[in-house]
Amino acid sequence: MVQQTPSRTATTQPFVLDQATFDLLVERAWSDFPYEVCGLLGVREDGRIVHFAIDNAERSMTFYSMEPKQLLRAMREIEDEGWGLAIYHSHTHTEAYPSATDIRLAAYPEATYLIVTLQDRDHPEIRAFDIVDGEVTEKPLEIRGLSEPT
Amino acid sequence: MPLVRIPTVLRKHTDGAAKVEADGATVGEVFDQLVARHPGLGDDLFADGQVRGFINVYVDDEDIRYVSGLDTPVEDDTEVAIMPAVAGGAELPSVGR
Repeated sequence: MVQQTPSRTATTQPFVLDQATFDLLVERAWSDFPYEVCGLLGVREDGRIVHFAIDNAERSMTFYSMEPKQLLRAMREIEDEGWGLAIYHSHTHTEAYPSATDIRLAAYPEATYLIVTLQDRDHPEIRAFDIVDGEVTEKPLEIRGLSEPT
Repeated sequence: MPLVRIPTVLRKHTDGAAKVEADGATVGEVFDQLVARHPGLGDDLFADGQVRGFINVYVDDEDIRYVSGLDTPVEDDTEVAIMPAVAGGAELPSVGR
């Protein structure tokens, strides 16, 4: 793993995920195993999370690319509603840390990048990162039982 | 006049504006005017006269790759959206379209 220095624009504020959304993302990661799955989350001001499942246009075990039309619709709604943005994808066989490709292609500095891993089959894990100008900063993930996913 | 939706990562070139008006009858013409006003956008949007492979451009709900590319016509009330692809993974397949 590459040692990362903290980015001056990144925050170390925790990303808050409710338990139901955590479970949903893990379930979704299993749903197309061993292929990678992906999607967006809109984070409302009250902390509730709106989930947008997006097809992996590549349907690959080692690459994901969000289906462009679904991406447009979800991104437009999140932006027009003024919600916070989180971008997630799954790793089925590797740790929940951004790969070199993930970092190179990260084009949303405002987003929290979430990676779900099923590497340890019995203990799925989700980690949260800022990726700004090629710099990765992990932030704590806080799990709360505050909302049902929509 | 068509309205162009600018992604956060490119707003440094539009003084922070999320939506910018630009005139033209096609996406290419709209982009020409956009780049004339915000020159910094040129290099980030184009490589060799084509929209960079990892940037999606939509006219209303359609990806212009599946319409007529930069020749895709636009109307006065069209929204043109510029949206970087969201992609990643351990390996990179051939995506230089």
